[in-house]
Amino acid sequence: MITRTLEDLLRRHAFFGGMSQEHLSLLTGCASNRNYRDGEYLFRQSDPAKEFYVVRQGKVSIEVVDPEKGRLPLQTVGFNDVVGWTWIVPPFVHRFDARAIRLTRVIALDGECLRGKLGEDTELGYELLRRFVAVIAQRLEAARIQLLDLYEP
Amino acid sequence: MMTDPMAPVSFTVVSTRRELAGVLTLTIEPSDARECPEFLPGQFNMLYAFGVGEVPISISGVPAASGAGVVHTIRSVGAATQALCGLKRGGALGVRGPFGTPWPLKEAEGADVLVVAGGLGLAPLRPAIYSILSDRERYGRFTILYGTRSPNDILYARELRQWRGRLDAEVEVTVDRAAADWRGNVGVVPALISRSSFNPAGAVAFLCGPEVMMRFSAMELLAAGLPGSRVYLSMERNMKCSVGHCGHCQFGPYFVCKDGPVFPYDRVMDLMKVPEV
Repeated sequence: MITRTLEDLLRRHAFFGGMSQEHLSLLTGCASNRNYRDGEYLFRQSDPAKEFYVVRQGKVSIEVVDPEKGRLPLQTVGFNDVVGWTWIVPPFVHRFDARAIRLTRVIALDGECLRGKLGEDTELGYELLRRFVAVIAQRLEAARIQLLDLYEP
Repeated sequence: MMTDPMAPVSFTVVSTRRELAGVLTLTIEPSDARECPEFLPGQFNMLYAFGVGEVPISISGVPAASGAGVVHTIRSVGAATQALCGLKRGGALGVRGPFGTPWPLKEAEGADVLVVAGGLGLAPLRPAIYSILSDRERYGRFTILYGTRSPNDILYARELRQWRGRLDAEVEVTVDRAAADWRGNVGVVPALISRSSFNPAGAVAFLCGPEVMMRFSAMELLAAGLPGSRVYLSMERNMKCSVGHCGHCQFGPYFVCKDGPVFPYDRVMDLMKVPEV
């Protein structure tokens, strides 16, 4: 059985592709391995956004709760995706629920720890921000396409 | 099949199957003793509802399946398709074809293949999927990504489950909206591309669906490293004569009926940016 270190796992994840060894080592200091069982929440809406998660395996449903309609899935994310980008946007509060809908393995990165490091290391700050901008742009693009209702008969 | 491509041949409905609300699969055979015409995956026929009108419909059946008839999946959206969807077993219709360029299955041999379909766009890809699955050892990794409106709008749901169950194909389905009890993917089909396993250096992708969906999927594939020459799209335009004479389906310098409907993305990407082409 191959045992990989957290740093190996980060390096292999698409989100961190091309990142320098130095920055990966810094990030590893803020990282931890997590598993979520089917139905378990990574976070709930209005929770403080203290962490973000890179998904190694499984599936996470990003949802909003409506008092009448119940849980409404907005998008699912999986392998090679990132969940919880609000850790980088004030006031650092999650807007949606994130629920594992099968056994999900992630690496959690401590946003509070990282925010401190980003202030000190602007190069790392730029590297992370440009990756998150790409994620946010992809989510915005996907939301716009969904709004088009392309498959309407 | 015929000497005069403008003359419809009489066909008879052998069976019908309701796929979704307003979507029907018709299996048809020549009304006389002649053999079913051979076709290549990706080609289409002109189906003529007698006295109503003629429409281009992709062939969605299994290629070279003897005795299987010719299969078309049709959505009832206008007078001609409504009349075709109203046909019962034994009903008659006119057929011209097959026409158009096929999916380049030969070129894809040895490569990883991605099929990216949206909505009814799975129908023109179904013959290509069956061709690949029947010659599975000739191809690398095989991925089918399918997007549709909701879990109730999944075309060929039973077959998608079968293909996934073979374990030699990766099959992912996503929907634009779902209730909380849906355990599959929610989101747009281009978002599935980055989660898929394929080697972009030698991969080939076949795309069919709404043009916006194909454009964004193609951009995602290019970002992943596929060259535009190995991304193929099935274009849809208003085809009438189907032999490149009437000009109804003109698409820049091309006629979709004759030069397409399957085009490499790098040939049409600039045209797709132009409104009303």
